[in-house]
Amino acid sequence: MKNSNETPIITIENMHKWYGDFHVLNDINLSVKRGERIVICGPSGSGKSTLIRCINRLEEHQRGKIIVDGTELTKDIKNIEKIRAEVGMVFQHFNLFPHLTILENLTLGPIWVRKIPKKKAEETAMYYLEKVRIAEQAKKFPGQLSGGQQQRVAIARSLCMEPNVMLFDEPTSALDPEMVKEVLDVMISLARDGMTMLVVSHEMGFAKSVAHRVMFMDAGQILEQNDPEEFFGNPQHERTKLFLSQILD
Amino acid sequence: MSKIETASATIKPPKTNIGIVGWSRAHLFNGWINSALTLFVLYGLYKVVPPFINWAFLHANWAPVSGTCSESSGACWSVVTANIRFILFGFYPHNLQWRPLLAIVILVLLLFFSQNRKRWNMKLLYIWTAGLFIMGVLLKGGLFGLESVETDNWGGLPLTLLLSVFGLAAAYPVGILLALGRQCRMPVIRSFCVVYIELIRGVPLISLLFMSSVVFPLFLPEGVVINKILRAQIAIILFTAAYIAEVVRGGLQGINKGHYEAAESLGLNYFQTMRLVILPQALKIVIPPSVSILISAFKDTSLVVIIALYDLLKTTQSTLTDPKWMGYSSEAYIFVACIYFVCCFAMSNYSRKLEKELDTDRR
Ligand SMILES: Nc1ncnc2c1ncn2[C@@H]1O[C@H](COP(=O)(O)OP(=O)(O)OP(=O)(O)O)[C@@H](O)[C@H]1O
Ligand SMILES: [Mg+2]
Repeated sequence: MKNSNETPIITIENMHKWYGDFHVLNDINLSVKRGERIVICGPSGSGKSTLIRCINRLEEHQRGKIIVDGTELTKDIKNIEKIRAEVGMVFQHFNLFPHLTILENLTLGPIWVRKIPKKKAEETAMYYLEKVRIAEQAKKFPGQLSGGQQQRVAIARSLCMEPNVMLFDEPTSALDPEMVKEVLDVMISLARDGMTMLVVSHEMGFAKSVAHRVMFMDAGQILEQNDPEEFFGNPQHERTKLFLSQILD
Repeated sequence: MSKIETASATIKPPKTNIGIVGWSRAHLFNGWINSALTLFVLYGLYKVVPPFINWAFLHANWAPVSGTCSESSGACWSVVTANIRFILFGFYPHNLQWRPLLAIVILVLLLFFSQNRKRWNMKLLYIWTAGLFIMGVLLKGGLFGLESVETDNWGGLPLTLLLSVFGLAAAYPVGILLALGRQCRMPVIRSFCVVYIELIRGVPLISLLFMSSVVFPLFLPEGVVINKILRAQIAIILFTAAYIAEVVRGGLQGINKGHYEAAESLGLNYFQTMRLVILPQALKIVIPPSVSILISAFKDTSLVVIIALYDLLKTTQSTLTDPKWMGYSSEAYIFVACIYFVCCFAMSNYSRKLEKELDTDRR
């Protein structure tokens, strides 16, 4: 806590990644401050998912540095585990564990990774379920919930690990339109609490109201980044303009 | 078109849609092919069932003495009743046969007790350990003043149950380990598992049993003897495990990659991910094929006759070589078949119940 707000919580320097010969991420440089909220957009296949998946080592980068809260991501399993416990991730398809109840989904990580007693973990879980406004479903199984409810549970599951950073990979794009808002509302309230967030999303309304910074990725590079007002009002690159015109229609 | 439909609807007598008549009309006599098949089957049943009942029950002879059978036209259950103790317990000393009987009773009670999923915890493990110990002592003796009985004299139902319960219980975890090993990133472990599984699946159980009883002892140093039943037991475990492994692998492949990622991103390590997230789902998917394997493994334990172990089937066969009982093999085999059937049916029934209980997707 001593150097809060000063040193960045995530630093990425000259990071490259290849899938075989395919250069997915090309010289990524990024620095995220504590409490900063970044929305990443860009065309399909531009490497947005790959970038945020590299941050918690679901994908391995091949060159450059990724440092999360002072710990560098290396092959060392200790570092990886440390970073994973500190970084929460929310997926497009929720990925709740279907054989466990909602409550068990939430307490699994705290009990087994953080070694918190079951009772305490359940209290925390109920607190976060309350927060995503779904506490009454605690005893149900994921298959019994709607998509929007499942995604809110998935967010609560990540929060139960008390992460410093939350990564979101298109959290609303698998949802029916009428459920998008309930999930975005949860994310907005999370933002109000000061969570550091990296969100891959094409929800431009969300970006405008919540993000400190919007990033545009294309062909494995961060092409442009700016505060939302500038980014949407005055995009610099042709590619960005084209992308925005397509998406805002 | 719609006119005709409404017309025919009013003509159709509504009474036939309900009750037995309605049901059989809908299921047994809808169309002439089905009607013909139904009649054919009914005729077949008429030809088979009443004579069987006559033979098996009405004219049957139950007295446990030989010689009385030649007079009646029905089944001669005497072959079973007169030899029941040999069929069930083989060469186990006559006056000590209450011990294997008690062991079987304990086993059945334990199985019955364990079928409730709520009781699956550490306590159950202790109960089983204690139960197995007691059963072992009952069979082998030599402790607590019980007379010692050589394993060469074990036979019949206790032997069959021993081989299958231990075989299945041990093969399942070994199979899971093999399946995980086959997916392992480390080439040495992976190749070992692949070679093992393919090798074992490439040979029949009989040859494995032969090897364990004939070839394997040749490699042992002089003076070292490994119990024959134990060797057969290990052969059965190794054999069944290879099949379980392939079934479990299928289940593992059916798991969404997102679940691995979600578990990883929560910070669970490999073993936790497997134990808490992946295996519970994978094993649930493969309940039906695993039970098929377990059932066939159970029946395959009868192959131990070829290495001169007297399992249930062998004791029955031996009874039939007695000149007094030579002509009554149907009765004896029907009796053994019933025992096998009860066990297999219980297994498949239980697996279906388990499947239903574990079904948490939707509903
Ligand atoms: N495991 C993989 N092996 C090979 N290529 C991959 C793999 N995963 C992704 N790619 C490729 O890498 C590129 C970037 O993928 P990524 O998923 O990061 O894109 P994205 O920006 O998230 O796109 P989308 O908006 O469609 O989710 C794509 O061209 C994809 O085909
Ligand atoms: Mg993506």
